[in-house]
Amino acid sequence: MTTASVRTTSPKRRLGDVVFANLTRTAGALILVSLAGVAIFLTSEGLPAFGAKAGELQGHDNFLAYVAPLVFGTILAAVIALVIATPLALGVALAVSHYAPRRIATAIGYVIDLLAAVPSVVYGLWGIGFLGPKLIPIYQWLDEHLGFIPLFKGPASPTGRTIFTVGIVLAIMVLPIITAITREIFSQTPRLNEEAALALGATRWEMVRLSVLPYGRSGIVSAAMLGLGRALGETMAVALVLSASGVVTFNLISSTNPSTIAANIALSFPDSTGVARNALVASGLVLFVITFIVNFAARAVVARYEPGRKK
Amino acid sequence: MAKSIDVSDLNIYYGDFLAVEGVSMTIKARSVTAFIGPSGCGKSTFLRTLNRMHEVIPGAHVEGKVMVDGQSLYDPSVDPVEVRRMIGMVFQRPNPFPTMSIYENVLAGVRLNNKKLSKRDADDLVEKSLQGANLWNEVKDRLNKPGMGLSGGQQQRLCIARAIAVEPQILLMDEPCSALDPISTSAIEDLIHQLKEQYTIVIVTHNMQQAARVSEDTAFFNLAGAGKPGRLIEMNPTKKIFSVPDEEATEAYISGRFG
Amino acid sequence: MTSLQTAPDTIAQARVRRLPRFAPAIAGAVALAAGTLLGISLGWNVAGIVVVAVLLYLVGLNIWSRLVENARAATDRMMTSLIWVALGLAFIPLVSLLYKVITKGAPQLNGRFLTWTMRNVIGEPGGIYHAIIGTLLITLAATVISVPVGLLSAIYLVEYGGESRMARWIRFLVDVMTGIPSIVAGLFAYALFAIVVGPGTQFGIGGGVALSLLMIPIVVRSTEEMLKLVPNDLREASYALGVPKWKTIVRVVLPTAMAGIITGVTLAIARVIGETAPLLIICGNTDSSNFNLFGGQMASLPVFIYSSYTQPGRNPEILQNMAWGGALVLIIIVMALNLIARIAGRIFAPKTGH
Repeated sequence: MTTASVRTTSPKRRLGDVVFANLTRTAGALILVSLAGVAIFLTSEGLPAFGAKAGELQGHDNFLAYVAPLVFGTILAAVIALVIATPLALGVALAVSHYAPRRIATAIGYVIDLLAAVPSVVYGLWGIGFLGPKLIPIYQWLDEHLGFIPLFKGPASPTGRTIFTVGIVLAIMVLPIITAITREIFSQTPRLNEEAALALGATRWEMVRLSVLPYGRSGIVSAAMLGLGRALGETMAVALVLSASGVVTFNLISSTNPSTIAANIALSFPDSTGVARNALVASGLVLFVITFIVNFAARAVVARYEPGRKK
Repeated sequence: MAKSIDVSDLNIYYGDFLAVEGVSMTIKARSVTAFIGPSGCGKSTFLRTLNRMHEVIPGAHVEGKVMVDGQSLYDPSVDPVEVRRMIGMVFQRPNPFPTMSIYENVLAGVRLNNKKLSKRDADDLVEKSLQGANLWNEVKDRLNKPGMGLSGGQQQRLCIARAIAVEPQILLMDEPCSALDPISTSAIEDLIHQLKEQYTIVIVTHNMQQAARVSEDTAFFNLAGAGKPGRLIEMNPTKKIFSVPDEEATEAYISGRFG
Repeated sequence: MTSLQTAPDTIAQARVRRLPRFAPAIAGAVALAAGTLLGISLGWNVAGIVVVAVLLYLVGLNIWSRLVENARAATDRMMTSLIWVALGLAFIPLVSLLYKVITKGAPQLNGRFLTWTMRNVIGEPGGIYHAIIGTLLITLAATVISVPVGLLSAIYLVEYGGESRMARWIRFLVDVMTGIPSIVAGLFAYALFAIVVGPGTQFGIGGGVALSLLMIPIVVRSTEEMLKLVPNDLREASYALGVPKWKTIVRVVLPTAMAGIITGVTLAIARVIGETAPLLIICGNTDSSNFNLFGGQMASLPVFIYSSYTQPGRNPEILQNMAWGGALVLIIIVMALNLIARIAGRIFAPKTGH
């Protein structure tokens, strides 16, 4: 008898299986297509702006001169937000993972989820209707006493609708995402490392510094980058709070502030026509590329370190 | 209608890795055949090739022949899904479907295969299968309760009822008692004795006493060495294996010198 | 790096001088008292007093610990305090925000507010009925698009794709997609329909498309996690009964994971229902009810809040108050969805008990 070897990749497959498998694969492919579609459609609608003549772009000579101050404002607001949010988020994450008793930690988790659930337009409302006015005396104080620092040159905004206020609101909005990722990583710190540190006679803070923080370093970096991505693209809170005039300045507390790409689109889009509208779409493309790169990098960092991170 | 199985020169692969090498054996109809051997020797892997469950794992494939009543199991025209309806399987850990009641669990194989049953036929099939699995008296008053609510041993008998409800010809059991307490184990062993009147039963077990108690024939598998594929060392009537085995390795394993 | 001290030789030596257990409470009380005294004498408000009290507490406890215990213990106490301060700072905005929205929004809520539109309403409070309808319709459209695509993609990733190159790319890009700014999603929908339908098209379904771009990645990720939690035993049990793979997925795997999937989808809805920027661009705004997703501008709750606050017209007080009312309704909807998500998770969970 010949022992003809039979590979089990059977050619006979059931119709239902073939149809269903292809259906799911198509859905997956649709995601890739839609992502490519974002880039393609924004480019095709934004294209006319790149050849725009002087005078068509809110008084700028060309698209680059138009978008550059917006990029500056976008990054400035996001960086302020990140500088405020990262230390706070690390504190909250440590409280949840290592400091608070279990029951309180769960409660803190719920509250942070709540913070993430509030719509951005409500944050904007709060920023313009509450936070901004409350910050006016602080801006005046900064202007009077620390005015020699370029950041606080003033004159202090009489409404509180400054890029610094925006930075604070954005910080609150990105806090949950940074907290969520870092607390996840902190709580995965190998118990052995922690106990080794404690067994050497370390205090709790020394244990955190010697074992938890080094272990979570890449996670902290990528969490901060994801927060950055969120802050860069945030629209409504900025559009509501900021009193923007499109200048390039590091003065954080005056009433002439740089605008951001996203806020500029939201504010100008409804009333714009023709090339001006194309320019807004094109600036959206720039924002898409920036956030895509930031997110891509952040996810690449996570993906690089994740496989080795088994409990 | 129970059937016999003929295996010749079967090699089993996971991707490029040869897990089990050169198995040839005949499994008799209407009898119990036990596979024994140390962990990792490929006895479970081999069992799973007998109803083509093996190829569920990506990259897994076989070379060689498995004939059931003269028909090749791995013929390109054979549908693995049909094979599994003919050759049922019971797993190491009881795995009733958590979203289904006891009643629905028994009918799962039939219902999921699109067979329409009248309420009366369905009731009859559930009773017959649960009777067959020695579970009817314990659950007849709570057929609509979740299957997960039963004890471990009851769950395993529910899984056996579920397997025999599709009326297979052969029943494969992969260490069916390893997660159970001694009383449940004894209940399952009694059941195996009854089932062999109708079915060809193949059982993998790590428990040699169990093999001795329930089986007519026993096959001993072993590794050729660390990192080498598993192979069939000896297959003989159970009485012979446990008294005067042909091979020295079998003797050593059974007398507890290794494994 | 702190040098750990040389090891003690006996237990007696290991007994170091410690502050009493209630030391932080004492320090806190003293700091608060001192801060209040100072604040009242200098005429500060509550915020100022609290800030000064916290600073006094941090410095005071540090010095006390440094005198009685040692530098390392003082640092440890300092960092513990700072972590709790960070927690407090993170909570203040939430409390303040909820307080503000409730106190400003609650007086607005009445039958008229919820059942009227803004059509032909001038100089008096109208209602947000049209905006609620718009929000529900647009979100429904987004859900109808996102759930099948997201569910099927997740099934592909878990049941078919495995570690194939395509599956890994989808997984990675879905993660990246979660970071797409919402305004970009709006511009995408705008550009898409400008080309497909005609320049300047604004209608409800465009908002559905834009929101689904934001919603799909959330649905995919949560569904993927839930499918991965389904024990492989169940798939094998089903295969062993001769059930084809696709039917195993539809009839065994999906029902087992259903509780988690419903929770995930509800949370995804909660996430996108408050989105403003994309709708501002692709749906526009209107004062009347529009039940047709495929024709004409459509109001939505977030856009109503935004435009009422920023363009309140001649009688700003009225519309700005309505914006707060709208914000309260929106928050209630979002919180309700979060609550439903958790409850649904319980209801649909596989029952194990008797």
